[in-house]
Amino acid sequence: MIELYESQRAMRNLRKAAMQRGVVAILDVGSSKIACLVLRFDGADPAGGEVGSLAGQAGFRVIGAATTRSRGVRFGEIDVMGETERAIRTAVQAAQKMAQVRVDHVIACFSGAEPRSYGLAGEVDLEGTVVTEQDVSRVLSACDVPDYGAGREVLHAQPVNFALDHRSGLSDPRGHMGARLAADMHMVTIEAAAVQNLAHCVRRCDLELAGIASSAYVSGVSALVEDEQELGAACIDMGGGATGLSIFMRKHMIYSDAVRMGGDHVTNDISMGLQVPLTVAERIKTFYGGVVATGMDDREMIDLEGDTGDWEHDRRSVSRAELIGIMRPRVEEILEEVRARLDAAGFEHLPSQQIVLTGGGSQIPGLDGLASKILGQQVRLGRPLRVHGLPQAATGPGFASAVGMCLFAAHPQDEWWDFEIPVDRYPARSLRRAVKWFKDNW
Amino acid sequence: MQPLSAPKRPDPTVPKADPAPSRWSYRLHRLWLTPVFRKLVHVGAPFTAALVVGTVYLSDEARRESIVLAIADLREEIHTRPEFMVNLMAVDGAGEGVNEDIREIVPVDFPISSFDLDLEQIRSDIIGLSAVKEASVRIRNGGILQIDVLERQPVALWRSDETLDLVDREGVRLGPVEARTARGDLPLIAGAGAEARIDEALKLFAAAAPLSSRMRGLVRMGERRWDLVLDRGQRIMLPEDGPVQALERVIALSAAQDMLARDLVAVDMRLAQRPTIRMNAEAVESWWKIREISVGNN
Repeated sequence: MIELYESQRAMRNLRKAAMQRGVVAILDVGSSKIACLVLRFDGADPAGGEVGSLAGQAGFRVIGAATTRSRGVRFGEIDVMGETERAIRTAVQAAQKMAQVRVDHVIACFSGAEPRSYGLAGEVDLEGTVVTEQDVSRVLSACDVPDYGAGREVLHAQPVNFALDHRSGLSDPRGHMGARLAADMHMVTIEAAAVQNLAHCVRRCDLELAGIASSAYVSGVSALVEDEQELGAACIDMGGGATGLSIFMRKHMIYSDAVRMGGDHVTNDISMGLQVPLTVAERIKTFYGGVVATGMDDREMIDLEGDTGDWEHDRRSVSRAELIGIMRPRVEEILEEVRARLDAAGFEHLPSQQIVLTGGGSQIPGLDGLASKILGQQVRLGRPLRVHGLPQAATGPGFASAVGMCLFAAHPQDEWWDFEIPVDRYPARSLRRAVKWFKDNW
Repeated sequence: MQPLSAPKRPDPTVPKADPAPSRWSYRLHRLWLTPVFRKLVHVGAPFTAALVVGTVYLSDEARRESIVLAIADLREEIHTRPEFMVNLMAVDGAGEGVNEDIREIVPVDFPISSFDLDLEQIRSDIIGLSAVKEASVRIRNGGILQIDVLERQPVALWRSDETLDLVDREGVRLGPVEARTARGDLPLIAGAGAEARIDEALKLFAAAAPLSSRMRGLVRMGERRWDLVLDRGQRIMLPEDGPVQALERVIALSAAQDMLARDLVAVDMRLAQRPTIRMNAEAVESWWKIREISVGNN
């Protein structure tokens, strides 16, 4: 686990450095668009412990925003390195131009790379009678880490609950009296190659990666309102290539998963079903798309203009009902898959079963009606909350994860590696390091 | 006039061009957004360029010469414009002699540029003249050097060992006079240190108005007190303190007893309690004779 500590801590330090310089970029690497926001932090250290006014959103301001069509990203993972690098460059340059400031540090998120979620538990006897920070790090390192497989890496490892003796549900056990401290931790692992690819692309753009996050998590942070996060809710981020879902409870993410299907698949179906190019299919989907057909839709005809030279082929038209007939099964399939993941996570046992749909795919008209049939009664469409200086064009549900990243950058959740390494892990290594230092220098 | 063909609409099926910047343009853009670099380009580069060009240009001796020459020419041209030329000098408030003196000590060859005139120097030169109390020098419209002078007014004649000078109220000598008769209207004073107490002397002269027909002048004795000198060699020796009162007393005595008309040499008022008169030697002898006669008679 030491390597994990070190790489994540290095990123944390970079984030701190970026905060000190006052400017950091947010990069949402999605399958259909890449969004870049430039944040300026002002005032005192926003990570100073207490949450400031406006739930901590007052500490920063969006001074640059740009979005570009994504190239080379499929299923939320980087597929073609060069293309992705170019797309990132485009977005970053446009955002820098708007902000008129150069950014060096980037916090990125992506939705793919097969996130898997684990619940960890650990328990230790306290050394004294009062819980100290050292005890907290001991109990966190006492959590038995499951074998999550080679080639995977931990993305998030957040303590979600502490229990002291018979009392559970403590959010901050420091200073409490007790004898035995237990902790629950939620860990998300992803494929290491995806992270490395992203880091490589970012480095090729002369930027430094100051943090990474799962897009399901950050869109939950921005799209769920506070009491939903507190009482329990699921956020479903319907993106282009992947649909992420995250379950929040008591303001902590307790489960995260992703379905490798999204809006691009709907576009593909339209393209195949109507024999039109992908760009036309995308346009038809966004202008005329829907999931609930009515009698009116039989009479509304959509012209399928083409440029093939075949007169018959170029002058076709379809009714909107036909279009809905193509889209609905695929949307249903995605929602069914999400339902299966929620069932696997035991979502039905949660006290509150609010479901929030967000992401660009959630803008299909009638989706909330369809989703309430499949996922349960309490479904609403979520938009990201407002942050200072966010352009109007970037307030739609498609920017939920980008806005969530802003909040994440300003107020990151305590992760495992934010606590001190327990003392008993130090000595051998540090002694060896000291010896090595002497050898190197004398 | 409107074109008949409809304006070409952008094809909605073709996605908007969103070209990625090349690696180098991206880097240059980032470099340009670096504050230090920006400052360097905006301030440093022009400064360096100007410095280099200037240094190279000025390194040639001939060019430097020509620049200096051109500047001098330009300067000369501006200086000699008719607007800045001074053609004549006007002196106001000065008498004939002082006027000539001023024209003598202000050595200006007209016409001259007003840039070359040092008015302060001219003014201090003029004030250096003893007959001038105040002076103001300015250049008036029309290229005239205007000198306004306030002359000192002579109030007395002061006779020293050889010369006879005019003196103003502050004791400044204004110039010699050939003879006493040239300025018969002014009182005459003499003696070392007399010029410092002109005021007192003038008061004494005012008080001695009844004696004016017989008066010769005032003599400062030992730089502390005055003697009033009358004709026939008579003197009135006045005390240090309150000379005017002492003089008035003498005049009163004289008026009452016709004292000064008698054959006296001096009236000594130096001790106020004991005014003394000194008679002529012959007068004393004749007085004795008269006494003998009258005693013999008695």
